[in-house]
Amino acid sequence: MSTPKILDPPPTTLAEPPPPPPVTRKVRKGRQSWRRAIRRDWQLYSLAILPLLFFVIFRYLPMLGNVIAFRRFRPGGSIFGERWVGLRYVRMFLSDPTFWDVFTNTLILGGLTLLVCFPLPIVLALLLNEVRTRYLKRFVQSVSYLPHFLSIVIIAGMLMQMLSIDGVVNQIVNALGGEPTAFLQKPEWFRTIYVSSEAWQTVGWGTILYLAALTTIDNDLYEAARIDGAGRWRQTWHVTLPGIRPTMMTLLILNIGTFMAVGFEKILLIYNPLTYSTADVISTYVFRVGIVSGNLSYAAAIGLFEALIGLTLVLSANFISRRTVGTSLW
Amino acid sequence: MVTLGALKRPTRRKRGIRPTRGYRAFQVVNAIILTGVVVVTLYPFLNIVARSLSDQASIISGEVNLLPKGFNLTSYEHVMSDPMFWRNYRNTVYYTFVATCVALILTTTYAYVLSKKHLKGRTFLVAVAVFTMFFNGGLIPNYVLVTSLGLKNSVWAIALPNAISVFNLLVMKAFFESLPVELEEAGAVDGLSTYGILLRIVLPLSKAIVATMVLFYAVSFWNSWFAAFLYMDKQELFPVTVYLRNLIAGSTGAEFAGAIAETDEAQVGATIKAVTIVLTTLPILTVYPFIQRYFVSGIMLGAVKG
Repeated sequence: MSTPKILDPPPTTLAEPPPPPPVTRKVRKGRQSWRRAIRRDWQLYSLAILPLLFFVIFRYLPMLGNVIAFRRFRPGGSIFGERWVGLRYVRMFLSDPTFWDVFTNTLILGGLTLLVCFPLPIVLALLLNEVRTRYLKRFVQSVSYLPHFLSIVIIAGMLMQMLSIDGVVNQIVNALGGEPTAFLQKPEWFRTIYVSSEAWQTVGWGTILYLAALTTIDNDLYEAARIDGAGRWRQTWHVTLPGIRPTMMTLLILNIGTFMAVGFEKILLIYNPLTYSTADVISTYVFRVGIVSGNLSYAAAIGLFEALIGLTLVLSANFISRRTVGTSLW
Repeated sequence: MVTLGALKRPTRRKRGIRPTRGYRAFQVVNAIILTGVVVVTLYPFLNIVARSLSDQASIISGEVNLLPKGFNLTSYEHVMSDPMFWRNYRNTVYYTFVATCVALILTTTYAYVLSKKHLKGRTFLVAVAVFTMFFNGGLIPNYVLVTSLGLKNSVWAIALPNAISVFNLLVMKAFFESLPVELEEAGAVDGLSTYGILLRIVLPLSKAIVATMVLFYAVSFWNSWFAAFLYMDKQELFPVTVYLRNLIAGSTGAEFAGAIAETDEAQVGATIKAVTIVLTTLPILTVYPFIQRYFVSGIMLGAVKG
């Protein structure tokens, strides 16, 4: 078992600068070791066939399928379209005023969600960390995880019931002497509703990783801080927060990566034509243009644009994070 | 009560110093905030249960809050006597079962392959999976693909496109990597093939992680609605989530109007919707206390690597 390991080093070490044998020999050696690897591990490789087929068909083929953004697509025809039309669909959406509306809505909703839903779990985790009563802490955790396990349809249903004219929220409005409002029909309320329900859904579950990171902080650090005269606040600021910074950065990068894909399913469930002016985002627009109206090529062009922005965002966030604080996803 | 519990215990244990007055005050505030979190989280559930048990008139006049007004079970009878509701519930069970089985097989085999550090080309195989976390084809090409493969109106439209969650894959890979190599080597010496090692040695040692994976996938398929909404055309093929979606979106509410003739159609909606929400939430709520900790430990395991 150990001999072959020395003969063909694992790929990670291949990246190291090799000693200077002639190029041709290296290639031949590489091919030989591939043959050897397959002879030795063919059973392992065979196990990878079905999963690889899955990735090729259901992940990479759709990526290629995005060429229909540049080709005319006929329903029932090839999934890669019929003939090239160049940047026609791209020009089309760039001059489509609705596209710019939904683009702005996406940025605003995504930005607000990030601003509210990223820091809240950190705060809740810090508060939970200060609870000394075991069962109380566990109880709060269990309750706050609950929304994570519900279908988004159920959450949308509950939202609609609570925000309806006869719902709980309007009861409170009434009690305070206000006029009952059909909140889900008012564009000016949509962002508030979206972000607060998003917080309700995600804050508890989001604490898990922070709580785990908090337990790994060395107690000696607190000890040292106390000897230096640091109070609770300064211990939190100088020991606790730096201790969970890698977790924070990783989750921040991931959040930024999903920034453009703001809760598509939830918006699809709770928006309506009356609230399109604030609720309609790129993904819901793609859904309506592509699936409902059948302009698949046009919708694919917009979808591709969104996906590329998402990829750029996550790559640049990761790059900046690696440069500044040394945390990287890979 | 909850607040008192937090106060009574001496707080000096962890950081070894007597609590200052300020810190005690903080503990009180903290307990209040956390109680608030619990209340805010549970409130919508209690409200929906109260609504489902109330009569129409009380709901319409906005009187139902945490306690049911005009208690009755007629709405439950109406929903439960709808054969389509049960049919769609059965569909959910069936789809969840098939999709979870497929997902489990593909995820386990690939995770096992990826956990073999000596395997040539392993980095490439990992990259194939991880790249899809950051870039995917998007809605339209996926729709075109599934449609042209002829998967519409079949369970495969739900099961196949989501057969491997890369996060779950990495969790499982991390677990396999943590297993002692010696056991597998002993298996190899005893003449077991790779398949034999996986089936007879690795999997029996991995019951915990397999259970976690079953839960991860089952809950996500149970809750999913969009794939079915997209690819199922016939009402008798819908899972219960789509049934509920159509009800709250108002497209099937009408059929209940005849059932309660004397009340007007818009009013019927309120309790029926609440009842359907309660009935679809119930299974998850029932198993939640038992499955929650598996989820937490699974997430932790994934975080180590992912």
